[in-house]
Order: sequence, then structure tokens, then C-alpha cells
Amino acid sequence: MDGHRGSLSSRAWRLVTLGVPLAFLALFFLYPVAAIVERGLRGAGDAPLDVLTDPLTREIVWFTVWQALASTVLTIAVALPAAYVLGRFRFRGRSVVSALVVIPFVLPTVVVGLAFLAILPDGVERGWAPILIAHAFFNVAVVVRIVGTFWASLDPRLNEAAATLGASPLARLREVTAPLLAPALASAAAIVFLFSFTSFGVVLILGGPRYATIEAEIYNQAVRLFDLRAAAVLSLVQLTCVVGAVWVAMRLERRLTPTGQLRTEAETLRAPRTTRDKLVVGTSLGGLALFLGLPLAVLVERSLAVGDGYGLDAYKTLGRPTSVLLAAPWEAVANSIVYAAAATLIAVVVGGLAAFAAAGGRNGHATRSGPGSGPRTWLAGTRLVDSLILLPLGVSAVMLGLGLLIAFDTPPLDFRAAPWLVPVAQALIAIPFVVRILVPTLRSIDPHQREAATLLGASPGRVRREIDLPIVSRGIAVAAGFAFAISLGEFGATVFLARPDRPTLPVAIFRFLGRPGEINVAQAYALAVVLMAVTVAAVLLVERVRVRRGGWF
Amino acid sequence: MLQVDSVTVAFDGKKALDAASLDVADGEIVTVLGPSGSGKTTLLRVIAGLQVPDAGSVLLDGIDLADVPPHRRGVGLVFQDHALFPHRDVFGNVAFGLRMRGDSPDAIESRTAELLALVGLAGLEERSVGTLSGGEQQRVALARALAPEPRILLLDEPLGSLDRRLRDRLLDDLERLFDELGVTAVYVTHDQTEAFTLGDRVAVMRDGHVVQVATPDDLWAHPLDEDVARFLGLANVADEKIVRPEAVRVRPATGDGQGVVERVVRVGPVVRLRVRLDDGRTLEAAVAAIAHPHAGDRVDVEIDPEGIVRFR
Repeated sequence: MDGHRGSLSSRAWRLVTLGVPLAFLALFFLYPVAAIVERGLRGAGDAPLDVLTDPLTREIVWFTVWQALASTVLTIAVALPAAYVLGRFRFRGRSVVSALVVIPFVLPTVVVGLAFLAILPDGVERGWAPILIAHAFFNVAVVVRIVGTFWASLDPRLNEAAATLGASPLARLREVTAPLLAPALASAAAIVFLFSFTSFGVVLILGGPRYATIEAEIYNQAVRLFDLRAAAVLSLVQLTCVVGAVWVAMRLERRLTPTGQLRTEAETLRAPRTTRDKLVVGTSLGGLALFLGLPLAVLVERSLAVGDGYGLDAYKTLGRPTSVLLAAPWEAVANSIVYAAAATLIAVVVGGLAAFAAAGGRNGHATRSGPGSGPRTWLAGTRLVDSLILLPLGVSAVMLGLGLLIAFDTPPLDFRAAPWLVPVAQALIAIPFVVRILVPTLRSIDPHQREAATLLGASPGRVRREIDLPIVSRGIAVAAGFAFAISLGEFGATVFLARPDRPTLPVAIFRFLGRPGEINVAQAYALAVVLMAVTVAAVLLVERVRVRRGGWF
Repeated sequence: MLQVDSVTVAFDGKKALDAASLDVADGEIVTVLGPSGSGKTTLLRVIAGLQVPDAGSVLLDGIDLADVPPHRRGVGLVFQDHALFPHRDVFGNVAFGLRMRGDSPDAIESRTAELLALVGLAGLEERSVGTLSGGEQQRVALARALAPEPRILLLDEPLGSLDRRLRDRLLDDLERLFDELGVTAVYVTHDQTEAFTLGDRVAVMRDGHVVQVATPDDLWAHPLDEDVARFLGLANVADEKIVRPEAVRVRPATGDGQGVVERVVRVGPVVRLRVRLDDGRTLEAAVAAIAHPHAGDRVDVEIDPEGIVRFR
């Protein structure tokens, strides 16, 4: 009796974990993307050709590619010393460093753009160089965390073996360390490249009139020139590039899969003993702290600047309604928090279910329970969820915003004014992160624990509640914190969808920047500081509960 | 040839090596025997230059190595669990040291083939090291360390991770190889059989000190003190003296007997008996026979005065 009931509820659970994420993605992701494709290809027979052959398009694609490559190289160069230090040394505050380095990664793009606008001297604050530096600032965390964690799992005795065989320090780097690190470096580089390729907020603020990525040009065409078709065609160009880049990266990664045995940090890390060691640790971390801290410090300083002195004037004006926003700036704070909270809820529910589906198919806890319920289709379904759910990460935010706008602009599906469209878009951006955090946590549960619970009389539903949920709840807290931080700073999709009278913080900051006048710039700085504070608070809350486990989030 | 003189290494204030000294002559194999944590591995790392000593010196052929980095010392090291390069095949591992010293491709090829034949792995050049068995990995590690003709070879528990039978076979191979090549080597182990089989001399380590260096026979005959005697398995303390187990004769009691057999364990050819004497003391006896007393039997015990250990 019990067993029968159990397998029934188990089947219903599978339907929910597979069905809800798939339905959500189909409606709010696949359908909008399809709408873009349709819009881009509709019309005259040679429709997309005029956009594709436009020399301006070629220029933009070229800039997007080379700046992404250059950003990747710069990011790796900036991050490697810190990755080395985290991968080889044990010292007090090591986990704090590893936590703090993530903060720039979750900072809203407009905040980072503004910070570099604030720190760079007049005249050189816009152009390709500031864009590259800002991308490095953002993505340092990706390289430090992925490469540093991997480095810490490499056996230091391989280097020692090379030394006793006559390899000089340089030869050891070339012959041992570099080839062993290659897989981690490649996967970090692929992610940095992708993020830089689809960069939007930073490029919009620091690019000036001359430099635009494809992403920024999509926005330009759609919002400034009202040419939705050109925007759609550019979206397709970008989609093709991204899919191609991901394909190349995956092939590369497969070729580089390491064969060595991975070690625990207890075996690989050593305390810095010699003066040279201490100097390396100090300068690497100090340099990184300066690079990451200075722009943010200057941003705060500028928000407090009043004439020749300092004061809270910019903050005091935030309560007054302004023509720039059709609302008081403080309301943007409230909007942002409400939207982000709603987006977090959606992302955790949809992403959480998807994670259950993706993890369940692999460790066998779902496939084992019912004969005749089609484990093969189930497995295919989980794989589908697994890969689909990560797609929004590659497809850009701007494209998502544009797609939602195009897809839901005619009755009965006219949701352009619907207040829930903004959190839905933000959730789509956050879901891949939620899944990536939760799946490893779910897979880390020893199946024997579930079996033991089952033999002690727990039904499948009871097993999920008693075993899975307590272990996953910390992962859910971490995922929720990240989803909240990402939603708070989300700009690319939100800028399309937020109603003029209900701007979020990043949108409000961008509008202030678009107006001349010292008071507008001052208010932008002040709002950026507020946004930074809220984001950092969310991240620090996450770091308090996070479980240290491989991976880089 | 090698002189380690009063080397001290401390980690977080705890001394892993405490004024340890060791001399190794040209062509000699010295095995270093000691329990885990006695500083054996640290001693090897200091000799190889992988660990900078806090005090003391290492001399090779009379030259102080203090300022010579590990890659210029010409010291070969076989690591505890091999530390083979996972990104290179068997050939790439063995050839590594030859490439580092700038040999020509032809020379590298022939020397690598020679070494692989020597360790019995001819023809496995292109195998990935991940697919090798534990014993094969061990042989590759040995070939790799020997290839660039190190002045001295260091081995850190090279057989520690292998099962008993494989260990015995590799031990024979090592003995033959060391003999053939006439290498100078320091071999670290916690296993008495390995130490006594391979060592021209055995150095006993304890708490970061080298407490005694002697030939296997000398060590067995005259351990430094009770501690060393116990470490070597000489466990009997009778009348303030230490008695070798093989000097304890056990016979079925003719009258009341002197004690009762508590425990019987066969260790290969030898049976070890623990006898509780009626006065409360226990004695370990080693009997080389098929027939032996069983647990619960009452026995007479006699001690051969030849078997009383005299400390050095």
C-alpha cells in the first residue's frame, strides 16, 4: 500500500520538476527568442542582408570579438598572481580573500561603469581601454576562483619531481604547471570571454560614442533608433557567435581533461615561510585589493563631493521627485528591492525544481524507484532541462529583454505594462546560477543516506523532506542570495521592460547619467553607492552561510 | 660522498629534524628506518633541496649544497606515491630529466629505452601513466629518477603503497638493480624487511634524530637501547634485560609448568607465542616449527643466555 502510494507521488514529483521549468522556459525564453528570429527574418526576401552587409555591423562585430579576447587576456594576467597565492599558500584570512574577490563579480554593471568613470582622469575615461579594465575588474573573480581552486588541487610534488630532474623554475612552469592548469584556465577563459562578449552596461557607459558591442548596438537600434528588425538581426548574429564560442570552448575543454589525481587542500597548501614567499603573497593580494578597492572607494568619495568639500547633499536630494525619473530617486530603491525579491522567489522555485530534475537523473535516486515508468525518457528529459536551463546564461540579457518586448506586444499576450515581466526577466538571468549552485549540492548527497532512510520506513516524499531538504537548504540560501544580487543589478533586460515611472536602481542611474548637469551626475554617484551597499550586504549575508565546496560561486 | 651534518628543520615550532646527521659512502645503500613522523621524509627533502634547513649543512662530494637549488644538485628522488606527470606518457616521464639536461633526441630515445628495459617495462613507451598498475608506476618512477644519472638516488617509501606480494617482488628487483648499477642511495622506509634487505647500513631515526647507524647484523646484535630494540621487534623484558623471542624456548609442561600460552600467531615460517608466566610477566617466543603449543596449554619456559640483548 505504502509503496504504491509512494511511487505515485514520486511520479507526480517528477512531472513537476521537469514540467514547471520546461514550461517556464518555453514561454519566457524560447518563445521570445523565436519571436526575435521571426522579426529578424520577416519581410522582403533579402531581409537580414542589408544589416549584415552594413560596414557598421562589421565594425561592431570586429570590436566585440577583439575586445572580448583582449579582456580575457587582461583578466587572466591580473588574476593569475592571486590565483597562484590561493592555490599554493595557507594563511590567515585565506577564505575571506576568496569570498571578497566575488563582490566585484556580482556588482551591478552600471556601478562598475560609474566607478571607472569616477576614477579615470577626464579625457581618457571613455574608450576601449576603460572597457577592458572594467571587464578585468568584473571577471577577476571567475579566474581567481576557478584557477585558484584547481591549483590548490594539484599535487605540489609534481613540481618537486621536476626540480629533482633538473628543471629550473621557469622550466617547471612551462613543463608542469602550465599544462596541468590548462583545463581550468581554458574554462575560466571561456566564461570571461562570454561575459565580455555580451557586455552591455559597462560598454554603454564607458564606450562613448565610438565603441559599441553587438549587445550595446542591439539596444541602440531598438531603443534609440526604434529599428526592431535591425535589433533582431543583430541578436541573431550575436546568438550565432555565442553558440560558436561555447562549442569551441567545450571541444577545447574535452581535449584538455586532466588525468592526474586531485589532492585536498590539506595536502597541497603550505604556509609562506621564506621572506620571498611572504613578499609574493603580500604583493599579489595587495595589488588585487588595490585594483578592486580603489575604484569603489573613489566612487564613494565622489558621491560625497560637494564643491571643494564633502557632504551628504547628493543623498539628500534623492528624496525629491525629479523630471529625470518621473519619480523620486528613493522610490527606485524600493522598486529594485521588490522586483529583485520577486525575481529571487521565481528563480529559486523554477531553478530549484530544475536542479532536482537535473541532479535526479544522474545519481539514480529518481530512476531506480519505478519499473515501467520509462526511465529512458526521464533521463532524456533531465538532460534537456540540464542544458536548456543554462542557455539564458549564453543568450544575452539585452536579447532577452528585447525578445520579451517583441513577444508580448499583441493581445491576448500583451504584457508590456505588466509589472511582473521585470522579475520574470531577472529570474531568467538568475536561474542558471541557481541551478549551477544547487545541482552539485544535490549530487553531493550520498545515495546511501536516502536508502537508509527508505529502509527505515520513509516514503519518497518523506525522504526528500528529511534527507534532501535539510542538506539543500543551505545551498538554497546561497542561491537565493546570488539570485537577489544578480536581480538587483540586472540592467540589460530590465532597461527594456521597466516602466518609465517605475525605474529600478540601475535604470535610474543610467537615466541620470544621460542628463547633463553636475547635480544629475552627483545623484547617479549617490544611487550607485546605495546600490553597491545593498548588493554587498546581500553577498556578505550569503558568504556567512555558504558551505565551502568546489566550484566558483 | 654525502654528508648530512646536524640538520634541523622546524615546522610551526615543532622540530621535524633535530640535529640529524648521516654519512653515505660512494656506492653505498643506506636505508633509513623509523616510525612515521620520525623525520625520514624531511631528511630526504633536505638532501634533495626541496626543504631549506633551519640549521646544519648538506655536503655532496665535499661541496656545501646550501646555495645549490634542487634542479642543479644532481640528486634523484623517487616519491612515496610516484608523482608521475599525468599529462605525459611513460616515455615523456622517463625522458623528462634527459630533456632538462639538453640531451639530443636520439640520445634521449636510446637512454629511455635502456632504462625501461632495465626496469622491465620495455615497449610501454606510449602508455598513459594513468593506465599503469601500481607496480608499473613504481618502475616508471624509478626509471625516471635514474635516467639522468643522479649522483645519489633518494627513495621515499617507494614500496609503501603496494600490496605484500608485489612488494616482495619489487624488493628483489631493487636489490638486483642497485647491485648492477652500483648506485649510491638513501632509502627511507618504516619496514624492517626492506631496510635489512637493501641496506648496506641501516640508520634508525626517532623524533628527528638519527639515533643509530649500523650494518643489519650489528643493529640486530647490538641495538642502541630498549627503544630501538622494541622497534626492531625485540619485545621481551625479563629481569631488566631484553631477550630475543627466538631465544625463548617453550616446551609442553612436564610437571605443573611455569605458565600458560595466551596467544598463538603464525607469521610466515615462524609461530609467535605469548606466554603468561605464573608470576604475572609475559614473554614473547618465536618458534620455527610446524608443531607448536596451542592457546591454553601449560608450558615450561627456558631462556637461552645467548639471546639476551647487549646494548651497544
